[in-house]
Amino acid sequence: MGFSDKVRHIYQKELESVEQQGIFKVERFIHSAQDAEIEVEFPTGSNLKKVINMCANNYLGLSSHPDVVKAAHEGLDTRGYGMSSVRFICGTQDIHKKLEQKVTEFLGTEDTILFPSCMDANAGVFEAILTKDDVMISDRLVHASIIDGIRLCSAMHDTFKHSNMKHLEKKLQLHSDKRLKVVITDGVFSMDGDTAKLDEMVDLCEKYDAMLFVDDSHASGFIGKTGRGTHEKYGVLGKIDIITTTFGKALGGASGGCVSGRKELVEMCRQKARPYLFSNTIAPVVVSGVLKVLEILSKSTERRDKLEANTEYWRKGLTDAGFVLQAGDTPIVPVMLFNAKLAQDFSRDLYDEGIYAIGFFFPVVPNGKARIRTQISAGHEKHHLDKALAAFIKIGKKYDILGKSKKEIIEQYGL
Amino acid sequence: MEDIRDIVLEYVIEEYLEDEDEELTYNTPLISGGIVDSFSMVSLKRFLETKYKISIPDEKASPEAFDTVNSITELVKEYVK
Repeated sequence: MGFSDKVRHIYQKELESVEQQGIFKVERFIHSAQDAEIEVEFPTGSNLKKVINMCANNYLGLSSHPDVVKAAHEGLDTRGYGMSSVRFICGTQDIHKKLEQKVTEFLGTEDTILFPSCMDANAGVFEAILTKDDVMISDRLVHASIIDGIRLCSAMHDTFKHSNMKHLEKKLQLHSDKRLKVVITDGVFSMDGDTAKLDEMVDLCEKYDAMLFVDDSHASGFIGKTGRGTHEKYGVLGKIDIITTTFGKALGGASGGCVSGRKELVEMCRQKARPYLFSNTIAPVVVSGVLKVLEILSKSTERRDKLEANTEYWRKGLTDAGFVLQAGDTPIVPVMLFNAKLAQDFSRDLYDEGIYAIGFFFPVVPNGKARIRTQISAGHEKHHLDKALAAFIKIGKKYDILGKSKKEIIEQYGL
Repeated sequence: MEDIRDIVLEYVIEEYLEDEDEELTYNTPLISGGIVDSFSMVSLKRFLETKYKISIPDEKASPEAFDTVNSITELVKEYVK
């Protein structure tokens, strides 16, 4: 055993340092199913508190939908619990293939391959399709899982300023000598809730013969008129070469992800992507649930329409009340407070009022851009949003920030 | 020849600063100061190699050598004929 007191001390010091920096993460235990209202034990050992959930990725309110739960039960009964194998040995069922076909149809791509998570999809895809002769050019605010995938790939990596198309074009010119070029972006950026300008990016990629990669995890199921994703919103269906997305957010919220796109790229992943080759795929119970989710979404846009209406209502309510919001039209609605301590205090006070929304501050977001990130769901009813809004206004008054500009809030609380 | 230092400084400002109010000098720590991440060194190296028609060996392109405009300039001067 090599875990001596000396070794233990090193880790204890490191954990203390994390705590001192104010970035020590603590879990809150939820004693109910994921929903618009949940029962939370926080702090640990305290009585359960019923709160309105404003921080889940449960955009379509499908995480505990009875039809999805029923389909999952049926999957469990007919296909069992686990596969005990990776896909290419004896870990592929008919329903895995069916889900790949259904996702392909839903996203309007050529082919799809499932991964245990979108984190795994992003970690595996670049290494599978690129070599050291190629270049990856990514938006500077892409998700951490993409950065991990980029690190695992031998191709050259460069970045462009967030959503800055002129800068992207310069980079495409700089790397014009590379064998293959991939431009990499999130569809919806999870911290600010803004969307990538996919129409302009498609044009640039066509002009400079580059492939376009989009992680649509915060979009699949609800962005665009029929919820296909950011590519639908920008009118570029069929023009994105690689889409990765998750089933752990709007599409049922359990787990799993995929790479969907050009069939040769998907086949390269099937041959070479390590998280696919060396890990079990999504469990049958989850596959059955996601199939039901796609069936629900393909029949009707009712849920994404309700989400859109809820988002408009929420944004308008906060704006009219005098909060500073990050501009956008997605269900990620960041209420800007700028100061980290104010964000922490505000979140704590919201919880006391029965509203569960988390404060984000450096290093999760840039210094001086602390905020409460609210996330709207089709599972929210008007009375949920009204109660949450009343709590925001009450606490906004307490800290005297309503109607104040960014500059005034920073003058009052500092950065 | 234009002053290498000023060309590097101008490139770094345009490439990495998001806020026009930020100030950058020849000695501002770029990598250790969090302005340039180690990923982005790639484009800076490519820019220098293209601009001055030189080839900087990877082992010379260390985070220390790329940490200030002054140190980058010294590195470039080693290879410019």
